[in-house]
Amino acid sequence: MSSIGKKTIQSITGGALILFLTFHALMNIFVIISPEAYDAICEFLGANWYALVGTVGLAALVVLHFIFAIVLTVQNYIARGSERYAVSARPKGVEWSSRNMFVLGLVVIGFVVLHLLNFWYKMQLQEILGNELEMSGAEFVQDLFSHPVYCILYMIWLVALWFHLQHGMWSAFHTLGWNNNKWIPRLKCISNIYTGIVCALFFCIPLYYLIINLIA
Amino acid sequence: MSNETIKIDSKIPQGPLAEKWTNYKAHQKLVNPSNKRRLDIIVVGTGLAGASAAASLGEMGFNVLNFCIQDSPRRAHSIAAQGGINAAKNYQNDGDSVYRLYYDTIKGGDYRAREANVYRLAEVSNNIIDQCVAQGVPFAREYGGTLANRSFGGAQVSRTFYAKGQTGQQLLLGAYSALSRQVKAGSVKLYTRREMLDLVIIDGKARGIIVRNLVTGKIERYAAHAVVLGTGGYGNTFFLSTNAMGSNGSAAWQAYKHGAYFANPCYAQIHPTCIPVHGTNQSKLTLMSESLRNDGRIWVPKKLEDAKALQAGKLQGRDIPEEDRDYYLERRYPAFGNLVPRDVASRAAKERCDAGYGVNNTGLAVFLDFSEPIARLGKSVVEARYGNLFQMYEKITDVNPYENPMMIFPAIHYTMGGIWVDYELQTSITGLFCIGEANFSDHGANRLGASALMQGLADGYFVLPYTIQNYLADEIRTPRFSTDRPEFEEAEKKVNARIEKLMSIQGKRSVDSIHKELGLIMWDFVGMGRTAEGLKKGIEEIQRIKKEFWSNVFIPGDGKDMNTELEKALRLADFIEIGDLMARDALHREESCGGHFREEHQTPEGEALRHDDKYMYVGCWKYTGEDSEPELLKEPLNYEFTEVKTRNYK
Amino acid sequence: MDKTINVTLKVWRQRGPKAKGAFETYKLNGVSTDSSFLEMMDQLNEQLISERKEPVVFDHDCREGICGMCSLYINGHPHGPDEDITTCQLHMRKFKDGDTITIEPWRSHGFPVIRDLMVDRSAFDKIIQAGGYVSVNTGGAPDANAIPISKEKADLAMDAASCIGCGACVAACKNGSAMLFVSAKVSQLALLPQGKVEAARRAKAMVAKMDELGFGNCTNTGACEAECPKNVSISNIARLNREFLCAKLKD
Repeated sequence: MSSIGKKTIQSITGGALILFLTFHALMNIFVIISPEAYDAICEFLGANWYALVGTVGLAALVVLHFIFAIVLTVQNYIARGSERYAVSARPKGVEWSSRNMFVLGLVVIGFVVLHLLNFWYKMQLQEILGNELEMSGAEFVQDLFSHPVYCILYMIWLVALWFHLQHGMWSAFHTLGWNNNKWIPRLKCISNIYTGIVCALFFCIPLYYLIINLIA
Repeated sequence: MSNETIKIDSKIPQGPLAEKWTNYKAHQKLVNPSNKRRLDIIVVGTGLAGASAAASLGEMGFNVLNFCIQDSPRRAHSIAAQGGINAAKNYQNDGDSVYRLYYDTIKGGDYRAREANVYRLAEVSNNIIDQCVAQGVPFAREYGGTLANRSFGGAQVSRTFYAKGQTGQQLLLGAYSALSRQVKAGSVKLYTRREMLDLVIIDGKARGIIVRNLVTGKIERYAAHAVVLGTGGYGNTFFLSTNAMGSNGSAAWQAYKHGAYFANPCYAQIHPTCIPVHGTNQSKLTLMSESLRNDGRIWVPKKLEDAKALQAGKLQGRDIPEEDRDYYLERRYPAFGNLVPRDVASRAAKERCDAGYGVNNTGLAVFLDFSEPIARLGKSVVEARYGNLFQMYEKITDVNPYENPMMIFPAIHYTMGGIWVDYELQTSITGLFCIGEANFSDHGANRLGASALMQGLADGYFVLPYTIQNYLADEIRTPRFSTDRPEFEEAEKKVNARIEKLMSIQGKRSVDSIHKELGLIMWDFVGMGRTAEGLKKGIEEIQRIKKEFWSNVFIPGDGKDMNTELEKALRLADFIEIGDLMARDALHREESCGGHFREEHQTPEGEALRHDDKYMYVGCWKYTGEDSEPELLKEPLNYEFTEVKTRNYK
Repeated sequence: MDKTINVTLKVWRQRGPKAKGAFETYKLNGVSTDSSFLEMMDQLNEQLISERKEPVVFDHDCREGICGMCSLYINGHPHGPDEDITTCQLHMRKFKDGDTITIEPWRSHGFPVIRDLMVDRSAFDKIIQAGGYVSVNTGGAPDANAIPISKEKADLAMDAASCIGCGACVAACKNGSAMLFVSAKVSQLALLPQGKVEAARRAKAMVAKMDELGFGNCTNTGACEAECPKNVSISNIARLNREFLCAKLKD
């Protein structure tokens, strides 16, 4: 497969994941606005066949994105040559995140595993297995974030996620060829704002519980 | 001297001027496609001439072996040409025509070029523009989508096509892309980082070359049915010039030593608009495009005390009021003003500086001022036209040319002289052809701006691919040559012996230090203003440098491995001899014409004074051996169609 | 006017492609601030020759920023710390007295070191040979004004065509990717009607060759554009992606 082909897969899977995160964030925010509504959504997205198909598809996206990231990174490492520069400087105008996408990606995926253990394992998986849930969705969230450590871990994670996304989003458009001189700064700006909003929505939740717990 | 014993045959076809080329093509011999495949052609050089020739010959079906000293054909020095390329398209409706381009070129050359060659050049100029556009060369365009033009020195029409300030680059990349296509097709084989060190002659015909692989240091042999040299000029004899560091005259010089005549070596062009010399460590001079003279105005102070203050650094150019400025080109040449030909502009600058009006610390610079066009057109228009040149100037000098006038001074730029060729571009060695700047053919004693690109591409795309067939048609029965033949053996031995000799000197001086010394001698005695006395002194000095070089040069490293100092030494050895021949030619030519200015021969106003009765000929120098003087042969120039006048740009 | 500085140079020396390289440190005094960087290198070599040592090998030719021959990775930047120029146009006034300057060759799998600071960039020629041209033979071209080309497109094509093939983009890229170089040529020709005809074929062939030669994958860091001496824009990379993907989708 050509280099651009591999990059295209990264862009499409990445773009789909951004869309997923958008919906995920929009739903999550209800946990602090209205726990009942949040539980209703959890109910709705339980173990239906379409939710299951969605979950499998999502997992496939993540796996593809991850595998291609590894392939690309290994190839890029080899392409750099055997000898490294003794002195290197980051040129002006080059985002830090763009040079560290793989590392950021690793941080993100590490937390995804934690996140799945924290929630998905206890919620959707149990439903699939036909087990009775211990508590409602909102209660799970409240339970986890009652530990300030988790709040802070999640907040760090979300910052890393934002760095990954803000480069990933405009980069995906660029790789798919939807860019030109005029749109490069515009797309970068849109990416920063859009992914900023998505991550901020997520960020609100641990922040909210952290403050609540501190006040209590 | 036995001038009359050898008759020089320029092979100019019969017929009226405008029909000569058409007639030639109609009657020349051609090679049929199946025979082309069996014929090998060596092309040395990948500049505009070399690359376009190699590509065109490859397209026609010949087997081409193409050599260059750089790591890629795209780096040949044609790439540095900035301003543009002339063509007689008359897209501007300003009265241009093939005849007018011909006339301007032959007049610009001070009536020292062949009528037939120059006419052919003007004739094919239009095809070049068509060809380049078809290749995807991004020439500047008007809003309506048609091609744009600008003016250049020595012409009263706008006929120069350009691609920003990078026309040479774009044309070369066009030729390079055509060449790359043939490399892929398998008809051209590319040999990069190879330097030609000798020519191989079998039974009186050029049949191969000896090259040094610059990476491994190995000597390699290549055979072919014909050899084409497109190796550029010898301006680097002066050490400081606008040529690239690697540009050299060695390939041409090897041809000369095998009997190819070297024509008009003294015709060297001094370009008026270069950035002045800054110090002794300077390695080259940077040209500022002639196109700057479209809008820029050249001046020095009227008052000597202002010049003194400028030299002492007490004043800056912008401090001098308008009424105290001497726009000497506009004053002396009102009709052409700042757009006089290069030789005229250069000499005028020298005249002012010699009189003490120089404007920098060395007193060797004049101003090129854009304050008037900036006021008239606005900074943004000037920036759009010349932005990249202004940026380059500022990077080099640390002076902002939008605020303070640029300083410029003449520098060696181009050599009109070169290997003698006939109308077919064949040298006096059968089977050896020479194209582009390396030959002497089209520019006479002075080349007009934007004509070098035209000539290089004309030779490579449209002339040589025809004329070489007239020779190769008789070679179709000649089988391929083995490089094991004794002629190759002997040539390689000679090259190796030369390298060993150079390596064994182990003296005290670096190659560059000797080259710099040669350059100063050349500039002082064989430069812009020449005298009999100075030239004789120059020849003596060059002989002294030659001795010094062959007894005291030091080349570190191994002769049989990559060795950049050895490369330079091999070139310098030839530059010294080229310098000697330039001085001899300049001494013999008792007149001033174009780039050759003998101070004894000038009009009362200080203009060049030709002696058409005595010197209306091409001076062809024939090598006679290491220790004997070269022999001068003359090819008379018969002007049948053009009235020969004194050049007048007033 | 003629100010001089003293500098310490850490220069990469390597005998051949397979030999092990190392830094050598040299002290160089009395460097004029009006000198170009390469003139400073000449001065270093003169000093080495006077000590009867072999000079440092580096590529250079036109010394006016257009041939693309000079390279050098200086203090962490291809073509040095100044912007929009090649090494030959870098001047010593950008450095201070007493500075230590680290000089390395381009380091990339696609550009093996030949000796010292000289690298082999013939991979670029191979990419162009794969399709970086318009397939037109000499002669028989239509009149140059036969097809009008909008000034905007011609200017964009010119901007892309200003690439000098120096390889700074590859040297700067953490992925050793040649996308900026390839995209500049693909863009130039795709923007012009003359090149548009075989644009799809060209994009596919050049990308395939680029991949084959072991250049890395572009991750849009933009370092190439930032270090490009001719300011070739990464919007060309977007155009290449577009051309390439459209060509593949049509297959």
